[in-house]
Parts: sequence; C-alpha cells; structure tokens
Amino acid sequence: MNWAFIAKYLPVYEEAAWLTVKTGTAGILLSVIIGIICAAVLYYRVPILRCLVSAYVEISRNTPLLVQLFFIYYGIPKVTGIKTDAFVCGIAGLAFLGGSYMCETFRSGIEAVEPIQEESAKALGLNRFQIMRYVLLPQAFSISFPGVVANVIFLMKETSVFSAISLMDLMFTAKDLIGVFYKTKESLFLLVVFYLIILLPISLLGSFLERRLRHG
Amino acid sequence: MADFDLASIGLDVLFKGKNFARLMGGLGVALKISLLAVAVSIPSGILLGMLMTWENKVLRFLLRAYLEFIRIMPQLVLLFIVFFGSTKIMKLHVSGEMASIIVFSLWGTAEMADLVRGALASIPKHQYESAAALGLTRTQTFIHVILPQTVRRLLPISINLITRMVKTTSLVLMIGVVEVLKVAQQIIEANRATSPNAAFGLYLVIFILYFLACWPISLLAKYLERKWKV
Amino acid sequence: MAEPLLFVEHLLKQYGDKVILKDISLTVNKGEVVVIVGSSGCGKSTLLRCLNALEPIQGGIVRLGDESITHDSKNLTEIRQKIGMVFQSYDLFPHLTVLGNILLAPTKVQGRDKAEAAREAMALLERVGLKDRAESYPAELSGGQKQRVAIVRALAMHPEVMLFDEVTAALDPEMVREVQDVMLDLADEGKTMLIVTHEMQFARAVADRILLIDGGQIVEDDDPEVFFTAPKTDKAKQFLNLFEYHRSKRNK
Repeated sequence: MNWAFIAKYLPVYEEAAWLTVKTGTAGILLSVIIGIICAAVLYYRVPILRCLVSAYVEISRNTPLLVQLFFIYYGIPKVTGIKTDAFVCGIAGLAFLGGSYMCETFRSGIEAVEPIQEESAKALGLNRFQIMRYVLLPQAFSISFPGVVANVIFLMKETSVFSAISLMDLMFTAKDLIGVFYKTKESLFLLVVFYLIILLPISLLGSFLERRLRHG
Repeated sequence: MADFDLASIGLDVLFKGKNFARLMGGLGVALKISLLAVAVSIPSGILLGMLMTWENKVLRFLLRAYLEFIRIMPQLVLLFIVFFGSTKIMKLHVSGEMASIIVFSLWGTAEMADLVRGALASIPKHQYESAAALGLTRTQTFIHVILPQTVRRLLPISINLITRMVKTTSLVLMIGVVEVLKVAQQIIEANRATSPNAAFGLYLVIFILYFLACWPISLLAKYLERKWKV
Repeated sequence: MAEPLLFVEHLLKQYGDKVILKDISLTVNKGEVVVIVGSSGCGKSTLLRCLNALEPIQGGIVRLGDESITHDSKNLTEIRQKIGMVFQSYDLFPHLTVLGNILLAPTKVQGRDKAEAAREAMALLERVGLKDRAESYPAELSGGQKQRVAIVRALAMHPEVMLFDEVTAALDPEMVREVQDVMLDLADEGKTMLIVTHEMQFARAVADRILLIDGGQIVEDDDPEVFFTAPKTDKAKQFLNLFEYHRSKRNK
C-alpha cells in the first residue's frame, strides 16, 4: 500500500464524497416529499391522480436507476433540445426512484395506524388534511421509520451510478485514478473507506433510533 | 406535430439491420448474469440465514460482519473491488461477466440470508411454545409449524429480491461488460450522423424492456403477499 | 320544559344487502341521558356511529337542532365539533401528550387561543383527577386514565351532545368505576349524553331513559325503573334474563 499516494489523493476523494453526500441528501429530501404526497393520494384514493401515482410507482420501482439516468440525461435532451446539468439530472433521477420507495413505505405506515385513530380524529371535527397532518403522518413516521432508514441507505448507495453521467463522485474518482496511475489497491481502499464513512453512521443511527422508538 | 416520425424520436435505428436483435442479445447477457446469481444466492442465502440463528457467538459475529459489509457497500463498489482487484492487483484474468456473477452471487446471498434471518426471527415465540405444549418434537415443530409460516413470509420478499438483482445487473456496464446499455451506446455511436436522436429512442426502449422484465415478477410477489397476508 | 335537541327519523343503515338498523326514530332532549343496550351485534354501536356520520346512512334523517347530519354534508366537520364521541379504546393519539391530545382539536379546528384552551383543559383534567398527568404520553397511562382523558378531549370542544361507545368494555374491572364516575358527574351536570354499555347497574344509575335495540330496531324505550323492574316486551325480559345466573345442580 502506497500511503504517500493515499495522502496525496485524500482531498480529491473528500471532494468527491461531498458531491455524493450533497446529491444524495438533495435526492432523498425530494424523495420524502414526493413519497408523502403520493402516499396521501393513494390513501385517500384521489380519483385520476391515484392512477397516475400507481403507474409512477410501478415504473419507478421496476426499472434500474442507471437506465432512468441514461434516459433523463442522454435521451430526453435529444427531443427537447435542452441539455440539463448532470448534477440536476442525478438529483432528479434519484428523486424519481426514491419517491416511489418512500411512497410505499409511508403508505404501509399510514395503513398500519389503527383505524380508530382516524375515526376519533373525525369525531373531533378534523378535516382530511388535518387528520393526515396531525394524526396519521406523525404516527406513520414512527411506524415506517426502519423502512425510511433502509430507503435512505439504499438511495445513498444508488448514487454510486452517478459517475455514468459524468458526475465526479467517488466511483468516478476511483475509476479515474485506477486508469491514470494504476494505483488500484490504494484507489479501491479509499473508495471503500469513504463509502463506509458515509454509510456506516446512517446505518448505526438507524438501528439506534429504531431501538429507542421500539422501547420508547 | 407534422414532422413527427420515428427519426425525430430516434426510433428509426432500432429497425436498421440487426440492431434490435443486438439489443435483445445485450438484455440477454444482463438477464443471464442475474439468473445465474439468483440460482446461487437463494440456496446459499437460505443456508446462511439459518446458520445465523445458531447459538455460536463467534460464528454469528463473523457471518454478521461479512453480511453487513456486503450489504452496506454499493454493488458498484463491490464490482470494482472484484473486477479491478482480481485483474489489476492479483493479475488474474477474470472477465467482467465472471466478476459480475461472483459479485451478484455474494450480494444476493447476503440479502437472502438477511431475509431468512428476519423471517425466522419474526415467528412469535408462542408458536414454538404452543407446538411444544402439544407435544411436538423440535423437528416436528420446525417442519409443521415454523417452516410453513416462514415460507409464506419469505416467498414474496425473495421474489422481490429477484427483481432487485435484475435491475442491479444494469451496473455491469460500468466494468465493461457488453450488455444492453453498452450495445445501445455502440449503436448510438455508429449512427451519430444519420440519426442524432437515437439516444432518446434506444434508452426509452431499454427502459421499457427492463420494466417488462421486472414488472411481472413484482406483480407475482405482490399477489403472493396479499394472498398470504396474516 | 323538555327541549328536543337530537332527532333521528326512520334511519336505515345497510352494509350491502344486510340491514343493520331499520326504521329507527328517536328524539333526545337537551340534558337527557339515554342509555342504549342490546346484545352484541344488535346495531347499537352502529347507531351511535351514524349520529355523527362516521357511518353513511341509506335512509332517514339525523338532525342536531336545525342541522341535518349526513355523510356528505359540506359542514360535516363543524357539526362533528358539536358532537363529542368517546370510543371503546385505543383512540388517544399516541404521539401526543395528554395535553396535546386535548388541545389538538380546539386549537387546530376551532382556532382557539392556545393559552386559553390549555387553561380550560387543565381545569377539566383536574376535574377528572388527572391534572398531574398533563405531560404524560398515552402509553404511560392506565386504561381508565386513558378513557378519562378521551372524555376530557371530547369535552374540550364544548359539544352539545356526548356519545359514549362502550367506553368501559375494554377496561380491567378495577378501572371501570373511575370512568363511570366521570360520566355520572357529567350526567348530574346536565350534559346531553347517549351511552352504549353492557354494564346494567351503571345503566340503571346514569340513565334518564333506556333503549333496547334488537334486530336493528328499538324494541323498548322506558325510564330505567320500568325497564329493569317491569319491562313491557318479551324481548326485554329475555335480554334481562341474560344477566341472571341459575345453577340447577346447586339449588337441589
């Protein structure tokens, strides 16, 4: 192992890791928002919208992110003539994928709330929106928390394909260094270490919070 | 739209020469890798998952560490480790396809083992107790009480794992395996002058192809899940 | 003197082809306490749920004062604020404290001032003996305490009518009394109440009027003394017999 090489290229990886974290976080936040809206539409069986949401969920869950990204980044501009930034495409692609996963997680969370909860909220005179906002969602959040954490880890991992649309993330950096310097061992080592730095805390925090939720 | 035709959305190339057959061949490579990996993962995952319920603490810790590492690393990182690691570090000749099969088998095994462990752990303790109270032996309890319930929990989620594995094989493009996306890139490159919009049409077709490959499997999983809902 | 408040006329409730309630007519006066009894599955809880449109009805009219209550009323949430309801169990919001549970509807639905609503909530909690539990979460309370909070939560909306749907049925026996005492207290205060219960002694103590429902219809409508000592119908006699115990072997 060439430690001097590792020390030299540490900052490059660090920058790449920030890109991964930034795109990942933005994509995940959008996923949560899309997920909540879609789950509410499905739960209340809003006509028309409900069919659109179901179709979206099926399409998004049954196609690979890499193919989604290729289509968004390389395909769509051919027809629209507008070239979108790779950074924006990456976030949009991740949100497109993550929205459906979050939707499924929140929906099953909402459905797991005792029906009496909704009824007693109705009996108190809350309207549908208030019931969702103050009664169902807060409970659905804690019920579906383990699922949300699993989704977050899954989506963070999925950002690794962003290098395919030339985002200079960790994968891109590793491949670049392997190609240019033949320092395969060092490049792979740094790659693993940085992904562990990003993913391990989420995973540990997830299991810690899950234990607390279960007992609290 | 008066000027709407196949060329404007880049679908014309699809029907040129053997392009469509080549694309399907590329999809075949991806599906072959995923099916081989599934065939390895499911039995070995079941075995490993059952091993994880063993009392031996050391064994359990080692298994756990292995599984957690595999599950937490992006699959693309694992592909890089096996592919570049074996070819460049150990100077072995491992083809991209072989590396992919190895990685997806290891990863699939880890995921499957976790599903099995979860399913076994989710059987409530009183099921064991009431079986024991009826005078069933441990083996009888496992065969007649635990196994049927575990299978019902396990089958839908392991079918879902198959769709995840099929989707994830799209990554093998990144280590140079000539699969469907790579074929598309080649076709787009070769026809750059004559059909500049090919990227839209071809990637759309691949999008649909993957959907058609995965959706029926997902529907089956969903159907079983509903049917066996406790 | 008697001022009619809640009207039910020819109410029909069906699930598909199955008739649950047929031709129920009933008037409840202001300040009256009506207890509804009947065997399991007779439709008594369904009747209560129809009164605040938790269940859509297939025929007839439910009216509170001048306002009719139907499942698709535009002002349904406003009408429901005038009808408090307490359920059998599990209806406190587990993610909110006791005070949070009580304040949710007054502040979010009625838009009342939080401090003012909180003062009132504390006064109500004190009345049911739970002032010191205001900051507790439902999971930290016993079943009887939860039900007392649920009653306070409904009262905090200043409802004109209170509906109680078997509120003590899921409680351990030693906790039944504390909840019933609160309800007796409310009855004395002159609240208009409709109570579905299986506890006959409590029914006798709290009721101004007792209704027996059988096969989806009101078969007996009496004041409690008449109902328990000299019921008019055979159905009522049969029903009351369910609460008597006979052992031929021991009597020999």
